[in-house]
Amino acid sequence: MSDWLARAVRHRSFMIGGILTFVLLALAFVSLFWTPNNPYRLNIRMRLKPPSLDYLLGTDAFGRDVVSQLMVGAQNSIVVGVIAVAIGLSLGVSLGLIGAARRGWLEELIMRFSDFTLAFPAVLSAILLTAIFGPGSLNSIVAIGIYNIPVFARLSRAAGNSIWARDFVTASRACGKGAFRITIEHVLPNIVPIIVVQATIQFAIAILAEAALSYLGLGTQPPTPSWGRMLNEAQTHVFTTPSLAIYPGLAIAFSVLGLNLLGDGLRDLIDPKLARQR
Amino acid sequence: MSLFLAKRFATLIGTLLFTSIVIFIVLEILPGDPALLILGIDAQPGQLEVLRQQLGLNDPAWTRYWHWVGGLLTGDFGISYAYKVPVWELIGERLQLTIPLAFISMALTAFLALVLGVYAAANHNKTGDVAIMATSQVGISIPSFWFAILLILLFAVHLGWVSAGGFPGWGAGLVPALASLILPAISLAIVQAAILARITRSSVLEVMREDFVRTARAKGVSKRAVLWGHVLRNAMIPVITVMGVQFGNLIAGTIVIEQVFTLPGLGRLMFQAINQRDLELIKNVVMLLAVFVVTINFIVDMLYVVIDPRLKVHDV
Amino acid sequence: MAALLEVEDLHVTLETSRGPADAVRGVSFALERGETLGIVGESGCGKSMTALGLIGLLPERARTRGAVRLDGRDLLTMSEGELCGIRGNRIAMIFQEPMTSLNPVHPVGRQIAEPLMLHRGLNRAAAREEALRLLDRVGIPNPAARIDAYPHQMSGGQRQRVMIAIALSCNPDILLADEPTTALDVTIQGQILDLIRDLVDERGMSLILISHALGVIAENTRRMLVMYGGRVVESGPVGEVFGRMAHPYTRGLFAAIPRLGDGRARDRARPLATITGTVPELADMPPGCAFAPRCDLAVDACRLAQPPLLSIGHDHVAACIRTDHTVGVPA
Repeated sequence: MSDWLARAVRHRSFMIGGILTFVLLALAFVSLFWTPNNPYRLNIRMRLKPPSLDYLLGTDAFGRDVVSQLMVGAQNSIVVGVIAVAIGLSLGVSLGLIGAARRGWLEELIMRFSDFTLAFPAVLSAILLTAIFGPGSLNSIVAIGIYNIPVFARLSRAAGNSIWARDFVTASRACGKGAFRITIEHVLPNIVPIIVVQATIQFAIAILAEAALSYLGLGTQPPTPSWGRMLNEAQTHVFTTPSLAIYPGLAIAFSVLGLNLLGDGLRDLIDPKLARQR
Repeated sequence: MSLFLAKRFATLIGTLLFTSIVIFIVLEILPGDPALLILGIDAQPGQLEVLRQQLGLNDPAWTRYWHWVGGLLTGDFGISYAYKVPVWELIGERLQLTIPLAFISMALTAFLALVLGVYAAANHNKTGDVAIMATSQVGISIPSFWFAILLILLFAVHLGWVSAGGFPGWGAGLVPALASLILPAISLAIVQAAILARITRSSVLEVMREDFVRTARAKGVSKRAVLWGHVLRNAMIPVITVMGVQFGNLIAGTIVIEQVFTLPGLGRLMFQAINQRDLELIKNVVMLLAVFVVTINFIVDMLYVVIDPRLKVHDV
Repeated sequence: MAALLEVEDLHVTLETSRGPADAVRGVSFALERGETLGIVGESGCGKSMTALGLIGLLPERARTRGAVRLDGRDLLTMSEGELCGIRGNRIAMIFQEPMTSLNPVHPVGRQIAEPLMLHRGLNRAAAREEALRLLDRVGIPNPAARIDAYPHQMSGGQRQRVMIAIALSCNPDILLADEPTTALDVTIQGQILDLIRDLVDERGMSLILISHALGVIAENTRRMLVMYGGRVVESGPVGEVFGRMAHPYTRGLFAAIPRLGDGRARDRARPLATITGTVPELADMPPGCAFAPRCDLAVDACRLAQPPLLSIGHDHVAACIRTDHTVGVPA
């Protein structure tokens, strides 16, 4: 374990990713109790102000504090990411494990369906869902979550199959253990690491997708601050106040970069052999 | 045609059939009464009934489905609820922008990714490789629409080289029309290129470790010639697989990017249709996108056969 | 006259996750024109690394030291470009895995033609003609039809024949064969070895045959090196080495060969011999004789310093200080 920690600390992308992710979480956490200003308060007299001591990154077109909005926006990104990944993970991993345990036509059906769903890019299917059920935060989260299901289903089926082929599983089958027990006792614990890695990556993808949807006005609705919508509003003033279009983008990019690096780092640390191939 | 391709073709037809059913259920049955959508909540029951009759909404779902699919096959895409013109007219006009845009950005993606990915693999663990990998890591993390805004900031606002958006139409001449597509194409390509470069690199590295590469080297073939003559073709299989998927991503990406640059393309049409809840239009645009994506995947399968002779065998 | 190939104190150091490891530590031998040399040893003893080191095809981060002189010119100090002119032209190599050693996306004819076009400057048509003759020579039936076949359409034995055709194409002075039959069916192994031997005789090539099987070496080469732990522990003419077996490791290898009749009633008392223990990790080789930890005869002196190569007979040396207990004693 200490060996693992030592390697983790020396692993550059793991550390950078970890720090960026920690900053994201910390900002969101702090914003629950405190923000420099009220991110919801409109103040036309203070619109499009340059950075000052009161407003560290200036104000937007409605006079709202950019820093405070960014902080609360972090909450929004995390909520979207967590729920979307949770939906995909719980349903996807279950389907994948059933596929691995049952094989045959059921596995084939699950995989065909995954292929089909994956053929539709996340943003497209999300747009479709919001088209039917109307725009909104919840709908976009569900849409991104649905896209995550086949991702996790394929991964856990492939990983599950390789565990099922191992000798210790054959041994427990010989002992008369049922498929369900083997899945819970042997397969699931062994695929947790790669699921965690994938979850980190999907978290990043969810943040990107939510930002795109909110930018289009289909995701998070006003007045809830969201990075994607901040970018949408900023674009109108790109000629006069270009900085407004920079900060939310940086926030998204750093969060996604952090999660991606963290995921890559975790993968390296879990399986050094795989890492060298990448 | 080999059995492999015959099977793939059957899959293509099956997927399209399945897709059309899903789209029909999702867009025609789930949302409720289209007539109500068109006329609004204040509509008189009589008016609704007339419209339902006109649109054939009183027929059973399954007749309507066949009517729709039959129309698609004969080029009849129905009438847009919002624009009151044939859907095909709307789509056809918009395709003139979106198809060139998608192909330019796909070409850009492939070019950037192959050059950078192969270079990185050939210089494994050296400075160039590390720099390309770090850059691509950042590229993957950037939202494409934000990158588009940054490009607008730099080239339109700061340098004033191009306009911040809009499309003059092909009638304005090839150069102005293409010029207005350059920034959108770059924005679309950059993220996909970053992903594809990483795939290319790892695929090339993997093939470089194969025994036959050592054989080629033992013949006296130089490293560079081995890379181009032996490694690249073998390394292309995962690369074109990802390219197929990316084409779908690019097409979906046009919805956002066309919005950023206010380009009158298919993506923007789709976006407007969603805002106006023009389900007839959405249904057909989505089906068209599905046809694109599935066809591209079929072309990718055909490329497999060209690249890998092992798939030509008739028992695959 | 100097030998065709002189290897002098060759060292190969590999970068491993546990630090640098010496895979080959001071191998020297000479190879005359037309001579056949066998290198035998367990996997991990450095025999393949020696072969790859000769022609500069080691993994990227490996380093070599010493000298490998072909007609007096040192290959280790040659530029990559010059080496490319030697590989496949003057020194050709056959590998262990015929299933993966051919490029799956090119027809075999093209793969045989490649060195011909590269080293002999033949055009495509002439190279194809020559490839056809080579396919015929290595015993591929109906070569005119098979020349456009892809590797996956051939059996392992046929693929190895194609590999031999590639190696032969430019009439090399030296053929390096690294476990050429290990991956093949037993029935095919003999055919491939016969083919290699015939071709070597016919063209007056020198052969370096690497194998873990003493029998293969005995039947196909005239001189042999026994390697252990990256060093040559015994070398000499095949008859000498088998007759006297000076090094305990050579005796161990010999004793471990299963013989027909083993297991019959009268032999039951003598189970198949094995060498106890395993090859030490490259990264932590003992300071003295690498075989000492597994050797029945080892004394303290063996563990303290690497024993020198001592003369056992004419042209026959062994790196063992206990040969008084081995030479002349039945295995």
